[in-house]
Amino acid sequence: MSDIQTRESELLAGIQAAPDEAALEAIRVAALGKKGTISELLKTLGAMSPEERKANGPLFNGLRDTVTAAIAARKAELGDAALNARLAGEKLDITLPPRPEPLGSIHPVSQVLDEITAIFADLGFAIAEGPDVEYDDYNFTRLNIPPDHPAREMHDTFYIARQQDGSRHILRTHTSPVQVRTMLGQKPPIRVIAPGRTYRVDNDATHTPMFHQLEALVIDETTHLGNLKWVVEEFCKAFFEIEDVTLRARPSFFPFTEPSVEWDMRCDRSVPGKIAFGTGKDWLELGGSGMVHPRVLEMCGIDPTRYQGFAFGFGLDRMAMLKYGAPDLRPFFESDIRWLRHYGFAALDLPTLDGGLSR
Amino acid sequence: MKFTLSWLKAPLETDADVGAIAERLTAIGLEVESVADAGARLKDFVVAQVVSAEKHPNADKLKLCQVDDGGGAPIQVVCGAPNAHAGMKAVFARPGTVIPISGEALKVGTIRGVESRGMLCSARELLLGEDHDGIIELPADAKVGDKAANALGLTDPVIEINLTPNRGDCTAVYGVARDLAASGLGRLRAGDLSPVPGKFSSPIKTAVEPGTAPMFAGRLIRGIRNGPSPKWLQDWLKAVGLRPISALVDVTNFLSLDRGRPLHVFDAGKLRGDLCARFARDGETLLALDGRTYRLDPSMVVIADDVAARGIGGVMGGEDSSCTEATTEVFVESALFDPISIARTGRKLGIVSDARYRFERGVDPEFVLPGLELATKLILEFCGGEPSEVVVAGAAPDWKRTIEFDPHHVARLGGLDVPKGETISILRRLGFGVEDHTILKVSPPSWRSDVTGPADLVEEVVRIHGLDNVPSAPLARHSAVAKPTLTPGQRRTRAVRRALAARGFNETISYSFIPREHARLFGGGDDARQVENPIAADLDALRPSLLPSLLAAARRNAARGFGELMLFEIGAQFDSGMPGAQASVAAGIRVGDGARNWMKATHAADAYDAKADMLAAVETAMGAAMTAPVKAGAPAWYHPGRSGTLALGPRTLGVFGELHPQILSAFDLKGPIAAFEVILDAIPESKARAKARTAFASSPYQAIERDFAFVVDAKVTADEVLRAAKGADRALIEAATLFDVYEGKGVPEGRKSLAIAVRIQPRDRTLTEPEIEALAQKIVAAVAKATGAVLRT
Repeated sequence: MSDIQTRESELLAGIQAAPDEAALEAIRVAALGKKGTISELLKTLGAMSPEERKANGPLFNGLRDTVTAAIAARKAELGDAALNARLAGEKLDITLPPRPEPLGSIHPVSQVLDEITAIFADLGFAIAEGPDVEYDDYNFTRLNIPPDHPAREMHDTFYIARQQDGSRHILRTHTSPVQVRTMLGQKPPIRVIAPGRTYRVDNDATHTPMFHQLEALVIDETTHLGNLKWVVEEFCKAFFEIEDVTLRARPSFFPFTEPSVEWDMRCDRSVPGKIAFGTGKDWLELGGSGMVHPRVLEMCGIDPTRYQGFAFGFGLDRMAMLKYGAPDLRPFFESDIRWLRHYGFAALDLPTLDGGLSR
Repeated sequence: MKFTLSWLKAPLETDADVGAIAERLTAIGLEVESVADAGARLKDFVVAQVVSAEKHPNADKLKLCQVDDGGGAPIQVVCGAPNAHAGMKAVFARPGTVIPISGEALKVGTIRGVESRGMLCSARELLLGEDHDGIIELPADAKVGDKAANALGLTDPVIEINLTPNRGDCTAVYGVARDLAASGLGRLRAGDLSPVPGKFSSPIKTAVEPGTAPMFAGRLIRGIRNGPSPKWLQDWLKAVGLRPISALVDVTNFLSLDRGRPLHVFDAGKLRGDLCARFARDGETLLALDGRTYRLDPSMVVIADDVAARGIGGVMGGEDSSCTEATTEVFVESALFDPISIARTGRKLGIVSDARYRFERGVDPEFVLPGLELATKLILEFCGGEPSEVVVAGAAPDWKRTIEFDPHHVARLGGLDVPKGETISILRRLGFGVEDHTILKVSPPSWRSDVTGPADLVEEVVRIHGLDNVPSAPLARHSAVAKPTLTPGQRRTRAVRRALAARGFNETISYSFIPREHARLFGGGDDARQVENPIAADLDALRPSLLPSLLAAARRNAARGFGELMLFEIGAQFDSGMPGAQASVAAGIRVGDGARNWMKATHAADAYDAKADMLAAVETAMGAAMTAPVKAGAPAWYHPGRSGTLALGPRTLGVFGELHPQILSAFDLKGPIAAFEVILDAIPESKARAKARTAFASSPYQAIERDFAFVVDAKVTADEVLRAAKGADRALIEAATLFDVYEGKGVPEGRKSLAIAVRIQPRDRTLTEPEIEALAQKIVAAVAKATGAVLRT
């Protein structure tokens, strides 16, 4: 009995002390190999009497199982140690930069247009588009600005050289010709916004010869000035992401609307360089608007005795500047990569009403 | 349009202060641009007398003054001004007064050991001018202890309004007063417009040639003495930025500003014969009052005597017949001119004058004669003399009209419920005649040529009643859940924009006009695409491509040290100068050699990058894989051998490649630069399909991948090999992809090895080894037949 126990503790001590897999294998062969000591021992069971076998069988088999398990355990231990030793040698400078992946961005004007589109789409407005080079007729005359009208001087117009057919065109000074095109091509009810590039001969700290406007147009049988006010209010709440908006209306003049109204929104400029919306004692100019002039409706093929509606417009670039704190207009069009990265938006930041317009 | 508060209060009786007036002006549509109230800014400064001015005990350049500010005991003040002297009256700031130039409150100070309890101020310290050589010396009669603003004559705030072009009637202080009175802020004083009886018949008669001016009135005044005008008038004119010249000139300026009635006063002694409004003769010249000589043409109206043109009608008078100190006899002209003719003449000659400003906005046709009478009165008052009878040629055109106005229109269009009585009252206060019926008959006054229809009347009622009273009213929803509104083109543009940004491109927006020499490099720069009046000489051509904008941007960024970049823009390129001759394009550039990367994981931008970008944009736009082949070659601005074109039939969808070295050098850029242009408008719209996809069919049979290496002539394209391989058995071959290109050792000169992998997908049973082998032979044969390839051994 004690012989088996001694043998077991000797073997286990040897297994535990085995320095590597080769030594462990030698121990295994010596004990459990065909001619191994434990194998030999097991063979003696066959020659024993049933009583002896009954007594020794479990002992011998137990010894074999214990040793087998010990070898497996030691083998795993040695394997882990070897792996650890190898991994210890495979250390990277993990602070090195990964493979470069360029990070793209969306221009703030595009982003703000997507935001505004989301708001107006919810109110049922489609997007209308038109060309940058326009007929004088669409840009002015059909908007009730006849030739020699002093209002034309409010628009510092870029002219394109005379064409081969003798015609002469302009770069649109506002997106209103898109309204003309919409009314000429579509029967009321109409609800559209017209965003796009516009051009004026103007270049100073706050003006660029090209800029972006967005206009909204509603034509139906009942829409009045109160509806216009509501749309401006709701738009401002949604766009500036604030709960309350206080508007101030100022009578104004545009040849294509009557009555004409300019809108200001309450804001706070008391902290230099900052602007907060919806609160404070200052006023922020939003843009011009009004009820579409009956003559404009008539010139665009819509019966002014039956239909009416409003139009309003504002600067898209200016909206981006206000909302995202870009103080100057000129860098919007200078393609400075530092500016584009600073004020740009991630490709996947598509504004939605459910997810919120901005992060 | 500028005026002072006291000027406004001459025709407007009101107790309202300047703040209330400014607020009301903006509320009724006469937007206040600014209120310059120097008196309010200087309200804490007082008139003080310097009692004594001794040398400062510890400083040579300073003086120690005792100052009397009317408060009793003299105050000790240290002053550095060289002109400080005993007895002078000066502007004094007591401690605590905020000094305008610094914006800080004055403290009691100790200067070189002597206490100073206030400050004597210079013009610059009060922001009244640049003078800082000494302190302001007030007139001797200034009252000690009085507000300095009174002594400085700065008590009259100047209001500037931003006048909209429709309101010709408010180019006059009187017109502004009339609008304010109608809004309930005060009462209008009409003034004395009674005629001045003529003492003799005017020796100078007036005449109008047909089509020149509807009406030309005037009168002679003799025996006058031209001198300075009274102080009140000079003060008003100075306050609004006009230089007082002489009583005669100041009167015409006053009538123009106060009543919107431009006049002209000729020195009658310098005229020869009668005056006539006629068209200018071709080539006729005139030395005008601004000292410039203008060359006139027959579209312009002049006022001429028997000898020559003496003035450009309604725009500017002539120098030769102008009044001087020596003038004793004048002819006063009061006429009506056609607004469009005036605007055209003014624009052609580049003259901006107060007269032009008013005539082109439309003056009151009924005020020709009252204006003449008012001017006569003032001239007689200021210069003495004897007036002739009035002479008149022509007549005011018929301006009277009646507008049928349903008072409910105010609510229908303006969204504001105004009782009929109030509507009538507002219109009458504004000078409109109103006949009260169910449908009102409204006659606009002579000074409101801008009011022509019911919508104009709604505006009048709403702005005077108060625009802020209009309640906001929801716009009806068309559908409970909002429907999509973007057109397929708009969705596509948005998707391409976001896809390119996701690929690492930074979006930019640049001007649609570029330098002509850049446009020429990209197939443009012709006359038809030139801007006639560019903002700058190098922004004169409509861009024929977006690439020159992007390359100029790359150049600017490189100059700032940013040589690695990916830029894209979506915008218009112009095919001519006709409306609609433009295409929406997405274009991008990759700039940089990628060398500065420790892993060497990047590479210089090349044609294959650009190809991937182009295909990504096209496939994003289409929402489907593009199966049309890419062909070699692209427009001239690309590298001839490293560029390609994707087209569907005759329609080019996209071009890409490395840019031509000459383009790079034209933009002073180091290459290579890979670029692409996708014509978004050319990409076919995906056809409306069922939302549901086709059922997913996966084969239970094992797919087999076989590799082949073909040696082909160097001119054979990968596309030819792959198409031939795929075509060998369209039912079984699912895909053929290229995984290696090799030229060099082991491959004969002029040939190359292309290694492809062919994926075979059995559909109905597992293929046997001989069947697979037969298919492989078929592939080899097909490729060999199409391209002359041999299997590499």
